[in-house]
Parts: sequence; C-alpha cells; structure tokens
Amino acid sequence: MWSRDRWQEMFYTLRKNKLRTTLSGFTVALGIFIFVVLFGFGNGLKNSFEQFFVDDSTNSIWLYPGKTEKPYRGYKTKRRIIFKNDDLADIKQNFSFFIDYITPRISRGALVKYAKESNNYTIRAVAPGHQFAEKTMVTDGRYINERDVKEKTKYATIGRLVEKDLFGNKPALGKNINVGGISFKVIGVFKDAGGDNEERLIYIPYTTRQQIEKSNDRVDQIMVAFRPELGYAGAMAFEKKLNTFMRKKHNIAPSDRGGIYVRNVADEFRQTQNIGSVLQWVVFFIGIGTLLAGIIGISNIMVFVVKERTKELGIRKAIGATPKSIVGMILQESVFITAIAGYAGLLAGVGTLALIGDTLKDYFITNPYIDTNEAIGATVILVIFGAIAGYIPARRAAKIKPIIALRDE
Amino acid sequence: MIEIKELHKSYSMGKSTLHVLKGINFNVAEGEMVAIMGSSGSGKSTLLNILGMLDVANEGTYNLDGKLIKDLDETKAAIYRNKFLGFVFQSFNLISYKTALENVMLPLYYQRISRKERQKSAQKYLEDVGLGPWASHHPNELSGGQKQRVAIARALVSEPKVLLADEPTGALDTKTSYELMDLLQKINEAGKTLLIVTHEQDIANMCKRIVHLRDGLIVEDKKINQVKASQYVE
Repeated sequence: MWSRDRWQEMFYTLRKNKLRTTLSGFTVALGIFIFVVLFGFGNGLKNSFEQFFVDDSTNSIWLYPGKTEKPYRGYKTKRRIIFKNDDLADIKQNFSFFIDYITPRISRGALVKYAKESNNYTIRAVAPGHQFAEKTMVTDGRYINERDVKEKTKYATIGRLVEKDLFGNKPALGKNINVGGISFKVIGVFKDAGGDNEERLIYIPYTTRQQIEKSNDRVDQIMVAFRPELGYAGAMAFEKKLNTFMRKKHNIAPSDRGGIYVRNVADEFRQTQNIGSVLQWVVFFIGIGTLLAGIIGISNIMVFVVKERTKELGIRKAIGATPKSIVGMILQESVFITAIAGYAGLLAGVGTLALIGDTLKDYFITNPYIDTNEAIGATVILVIFGAIAGYIPARRAAKIKPIIALRDE
Repeated sequence: MIEIKELHKSYSMGKSTLHVLKGINFNVAEGEMVAIMGSSGSGKSTLLNILGMLDVANEGTYNLDGKLIKDLDETKAAIYRNKFLGFVFQSFNLISYKTALENVMLPLYYQRISRKERQKSAQKYLEDVGLGPWASHHPNELSGGQKQRVAIARALVSEPKVLLADEPTGALDTKTSYELMDLLQKINEAGKTLLIVTHEQDIANMCKRIVHLRDGLIVEDKKINQVKASQYVE
C-alpha cells in the first residue's frame, strides 16, 4: 500500500489536478481554522469571567450598615445603623465555630505626601485578616498585624503604584509619608491582581483610624470569612444566622429590607461559576458545530471529487485496476490532503490566536487559546471523517461496472 | 482462443426483461481478425462487453485461452482484463491529465512493474504506433487519430491475448479511419487476435471474418477476402 510508486502516482495526480486539490485542501484548512479560532475565543471569554474573581477570596461575607425601612420595637424608621467594635467582638464570640477570620474596613480619602510628590489615595483602615479577603500580595516588608491594631501604630502598607507615584524608583520601605497631615511609616508594599485601582490603596490599622477620628469605635463595614470546609450550603446557612443575629442585636425588623446589607461572595462566585459552565457549553457547541460544518464540507467535496473522476476510474478499471486499488487510491489522496491541510489550518488558527492575544480584552476575550490535545483531536476527527467521506463514494465508484463508468460524460 | 457456447444475456427493466443475447455460439482462433456487425440493439456491444469481462452472461460458457471465465469477482475480472485483454473505445478514453506516454504506462502500473520498465516498454509501443515524438503531449494536444493510436498502444502494452475494439473508427473521418485500420491490420499480421465491433461495412471488409448479429442471434458468420487498408493510405 505504501510503495514508492503509489506515492509517486498520488503526488502526480494531486499536482496535475491543482484546482481539485486546492479546493478540498482549502475546505479542510478553513474548517480547522474556524474551529480553532472560535474555540479559542470561547476559552478567552471564559478566562475573562474567571478573572473577575481572582483578586477576591471566595469565602467572605460582607456586612454593610444602612438605614432601616421599618419601625421596630419603638425605634423609628429611617434610623441609621452603625457598626462598632463590639459588633466584631460579638460575632467572633458567637460564631467562633464558623469563622476563619474577621476584619472591619473603614475607607477614607486623603492627600498623601512624600518629599515633593503628593497625590490623593483611598486609605483603608483594616485588621490583619483583610489581607486574605483581598488576596493582597505583600512584596516588600509586611502587612498590618495584630500588634499594630492593639498598639494603634502609625504604620502603613502601601500599594505598588503608590510607591511608584511618590517614590519613583526608590524603595519606600521605612520612609515616612504624610497621610492627611499625619506621619505614617511605610512598613510594606503590596501587589494585587485586581488591577491598577487595587494597587493605589494604603492600608493602616483600623484602631489607628478610630483614634485619629476622635477615639470613636465605629467601623464602616465588617467582613467575615467563614471556614472553607463549610461548603456552599454551610456558608448559606451561616450567612442567614449571622444576618438574624445582627438584626436582633441592632433592633432591626427581621422583615426589613434595609438596615443591614449582606453580600456573600460565595453565592456570587457560585453564580459566576454557573455562567462559566454555561460558557463552557457554548464553547463546546461552537466547537461541535464548526467541526460538523467542516465534516459536511469535506463530505461534499469528496462526493464531488469522486463524481468528477467516475470516468477516469472506469478507464482505470477497464485497463486492470482492482476495486481495492481504486478505493485505496482515493483514500490515500483524501487522507493525505486532509492531514496536510488540517495541519496548515491548525497552525494558522493557533497563529491567529497568538496574534490576537490580549488585544480583544475590551470585548471580554482574554488570552484566547486552544488546548493542544483539543486542536489535534479536532484535526484527527476531520481527517477520519474526510477518509470516511472519501471512502463511501470511492467504494461506490469502485463497484460501478467499468462499462457504465465509461459511458459517463 | 475464444470459445462461446449458448450465451444468453437479459436485462431486467422493472417488470419486463429485455432478452439481448439469445444463445450465441462463436469461436475465435488465435490470429483472427473478426468484425462483429449489426444494427444498434442487435446485441453486438453486449457481446463485446461480456467478452471483455466488463459484463457477465446469464447462461452459457465462455472460455478464453483455455480458461473458463465464470463467477469472477471484480478483483479477478480486473486482473484477467489486465492480463488477457486490451480495449480500444470509440471515445478513446484517455486520462486527460496524463501525457500520451503516461497513459500507455498505466496498465503496467497495475501489473506492479517498475517505473523504468514501464517507461521503456510504453515508449516502444508508442513508437510502434508512430507516435514516438508525441510521448510528452497531453490528449488535448493530439488529433482524434493520434488519440486512438495512443489508446491502441495502451491496449497493447500489457501484451494481451486479444484486442477488443468497440467502434474504434466511430469518431474518426474516413481517411483517418483507414489509417487506423492499416495499423490494426499490421498488428493482426504480427499475430494478435482482434475483435472489432463496427456498423460500417467498409471497416468490416478490412477484417478477415464478419459476424452478423440481429436481435441477439448470429445470422451470418463468414470468412471474407480482406481489403487491405494500405491501398487507401498514401
């Protein structure tokens, strides 16, 4: 089957029938190319959705105070709820079984100065647990720790871009910066995967903030991280209990839509994961669809090719070609063309994806790619179907009596 | 060389059957040059197709060079065709994307003969039919007579026992027809057995024997004085 003569005969036939060869090759190449590009785009879309969540941990529940919308137990409506330090202590005490860590957050804007440079930044007053909630990566020095909170130190951990803005290329560690008129010592620099805005933040101990603001004990928001072992159902139950507990403590009607707002990242993450899996299916169907279109295209071209060659096959049979050699010849040609063209389409597709890279990020396509196995698998499938698509008409042609094939004009 | 006894062939066309050959008895000895004549529908092409193993009979026996040709599958038929028979068709049936030489080489390809050998013997046969200088031409660059000569060279290259020609001059003008018959006569004189289907009397007269078919039966089978085609060819 693989004699040199046979290959020579095949190459000769392919070379002498350039239009036919090009046409069938182009169909295959196009099929694979479209498959690779669409599949890659699908993956890029998935990447974008996953990236929305990389910079936040998924086991956090955020509590925001708000205004009540219903009167309750003698309290008037539209009462403003305020969280205080004792809320932190109470949650810690009552839910110690569920909690991984807990942190408040007090956000203020402030003009920050170093030497001649100055800029406005958001200052977040937090507890050490906050580092995990935002997946803050400290690259230099350290984050705010328990001692800082206890001793109300004037220490700050600053974002990478804050350092770049104020210090240029010089290290900020150990230097003093002026935050809204008060001097803080830089004890750490961090990076964050969430983007530029997340890297233009300054973290300080929340107790220091409270001291600056006339020694009050208020906090803006509370973040409670539950133990990951709770799972989704456990997290939902915990969220409900926590909500009930806080409403009772602050005298908010259980049916009040206001008062306290709860944001459960686990729930959001799950929803996004659902979108992600829907996208996965979309990508899958795009792949199957284009592959199917490719197979149909190849089948058509193969039927056409064999039909066009009916007479030639009849002549070959009349001068001594066996049915096996006819089928073998067409199969060898079709597999050869689909394999070569499929490979070319594959390379072109992968090349296009690499070229696109992150240029379509604004359209939610991040780093489109195709798994090597998927791409090769798709090419192999196309080659196999190309062979089948060639085999069926070839067998029929081989069965036609030469006398009938010869009559075909 | 060819022995046929009580050959029957019918085609079923829906409910009715068309009886084409109704019991043919017919022998051809080695070295004969036989013309098979008859109007269209007389069964002459069907007979040739059965002789050429392109079609099978319903009844009767067919011996070719002492071999009983019966119950052949396509593969065997192909091998026998390749070994024993050479075909010449009215419409030449050359492969258009191959040169004259490559067309002539093709039967040897299916005999698994090496490329060099193929090229050598194909060139020789092309020269025998007077087309040596046209070896590298494609069929569309050749005249009708030249195409048929290439087809004859292709039919002869595998050194068959019998050459079967189905209206070989049907697509040619008179002058070219006679030139071609001259060539076929020379091939016959060299010892090859020839069967030629034709409906032209002058072509039939250039054979050595005429078999007349009418409605599926041989109505006349006589030896004749061969008219030499060379006298019409300058």
